Amino acid sequence: MQRYGNKGNTLRHLIPPLSICVGLCIWEILVRIFDYPPFILPAPSQIFSRLIESIASGVLLYHTGITLIEVLTGSIIGTILALLTGYLLAHHPIAENVLFPYIVASQSIPMAAIAPLLIIWFGSGIMPKILICALVVFFPIQINVIIGLRDIQRNFLDLMKSMHANRKAQLKYLEIPAALPVVFGGLRISATLSVIGAVVGELTGADAGLGYLINTARGQYDTAMVFVAVFMLMIISILLYVLILAIEKRTLRWQTVQ
Amino acid sequence: MRKVIASIENLGMTFPSENGGLQALSDINLTLYDREFVCIIGPSGSGKSTLLRILADVLVPTEGKVTFADGQNPNRAIVFQSSNLLPWMNVIQNIALPLKIRGADEKEALSQAGNWIRRVGLNGFEYEWPQNLSGGMKQRVAIARALVQQPELLLLDEPFGSLDALTRDQMGLELLKTWETFHPTVLMVTHSITEAVLLADRVAVFSKRPGQIIHELEIPFQRPRSPELRDEIKFLQVVKKLRGMIVTESI
Ligand SMILES: Nc1ncnc2c1ncn2[C@@H]1O[C@H](COP(=O)(O)OP(=O)(O)O)[C@@H](O)[C@H]1O
Ligand SMILES: [Mg+2]
Repeated sequence: MQRYGNKGNTLRHLIPPLSICVGLCIWEILVRIFDYPPFILPAPSQIFSRLIESIASGVLLYHTGITLIEVLTGSIIGTILALLTGYLLAHHPIAENVLFPYIVASQSIPMAAIAPLLIIWFGSGIMPKILICALVVFFPIQINVIIGLRDIQRNFLDLMKSMHANRKAQLKYLEIPAALPVVFGGLRISATLSVIGAVVGELTGADAGLGYLINTARGQYDTAMVFVAVFMLMIISILLYVLILAIEKRTLRWQTVQ
Repeated sequence: MRKVIASIENLGMTFPSENGGLQALSDINLTLYDREFVCIIGPSGSGKSTLLRILADVLVPTEGKVTFADGQNPNRAIVFQSSNLLPWMNVIQNIALPLKIRGADEKEALSQAGNWIRRVGLNGFEYEWPQNLSGGMKQRVAIARALVQQPELLLLDEPFGSLDALTRDQMGLELLKTWETFHPTVLMVTHSITEAVLLADRVAVFSKRPGQIIHELEIPFQRPRSPELRDEIKFLQVVKKLRGMIVTESI
């Protein structure tokens, strides 16, 4: 097995963080030279002190927690539903014909357009955001489940048949491992989408969460706070992505073998 | 009377296709006796794999039927031309798979798989991924995966077809040894006339598509057979006779 990043490559790992540092310095210098008012463009140092402040007061963690709950709950619900229905659709073409129009419809409506509806129906709590998250993660995962199952090699299906595998054995030994790499592709896309979904929901109408924080901070011209909230969203997205990547790497070790 | 393991009667297979259907097999009649080693030789596309897949319960024939001894389904196992190992399972897991599918518990399945790993000479490769194995080793795993099922009827679909000549010869001899020890009934598709004559008790020659059995040849040599048999005049004579049966039909 080949590994990247051996001895000679350690230096290259330092380039991305270094590049970020340089970018931040330039930003800081520009703000100081041109003396922008903080509500137009706060300097990194101002954003940083706002970050510390909001962590200390507990405000930031509270709202981050709310958004995180929405994202995780929604993603898990959406993923489970997508896995189940994807399996069903892959095995029953008729079911696909019945459900397909609804799936296409639900996916062709822009998220921002259904958010108000969901908020009218379910209020401004976390419930409608969970729904939006579930909705946006649903499709990419479901499609990938169907593709993953349909693309299983004929040979392998014949093998399972010759061993008289029942549905459960077929699922356990063939379908899940064969479809998993494709499904993980869907999960990675969904991780980012679900964070966007939650924020769109919160921006539309909420009483908590990072989207809500952005809205109120903007109203108070507290632009540094807006940046802090955006920064937290970025962190959530990245963490989620990295988490899925790590699970993927562990689960699909056989794929990396050459 | 020898015990019949399977009798294939008037078997035909037509695959659906745009122009009315593709007939792969037509009116196949073949009886397989207990502990017999039968080889099938024939041009490619003549339905040899189709016949094996029908016998392995992978396909349902469109005409005729296969009846098994005592009306019971004997244990059957198939080895495909491509080794068909699941890439997400290591060697021992691949071999244990059919047992697990039958409901054996993990420990029992792995211990039996371990026994077969030794018998086919894969010691030390238990936890290797199939992707890391050579063609010959992969096919050994596939054969072990079939034999672990203790089949009464072993179906081999060009098991050595993708191997180089040297490995192929060696694997053929190994198979001969294994068969002489465990003695399942074997139906094997091969392209090698020498291999067929060395291994088989009987060779069935297929016609071009739609496949039909145009010749059946008994191979008269005593068992156990040794590799030196291949150099004897009587062996070469049988090879020549068999080659004649194939050449006349496939041109
Ligand atoms: N599942 C299938 N669907 C349609 N046609 C098939 C299928 N399997 C095999 N065939 C066709 O049947 C014929 C015989 O195939 P096969 O049994 O693989 O021949 P052989 O093993 O003798 O080379 C070929 O023309 C092949 O294209
Ligand atoms: Mg074939």
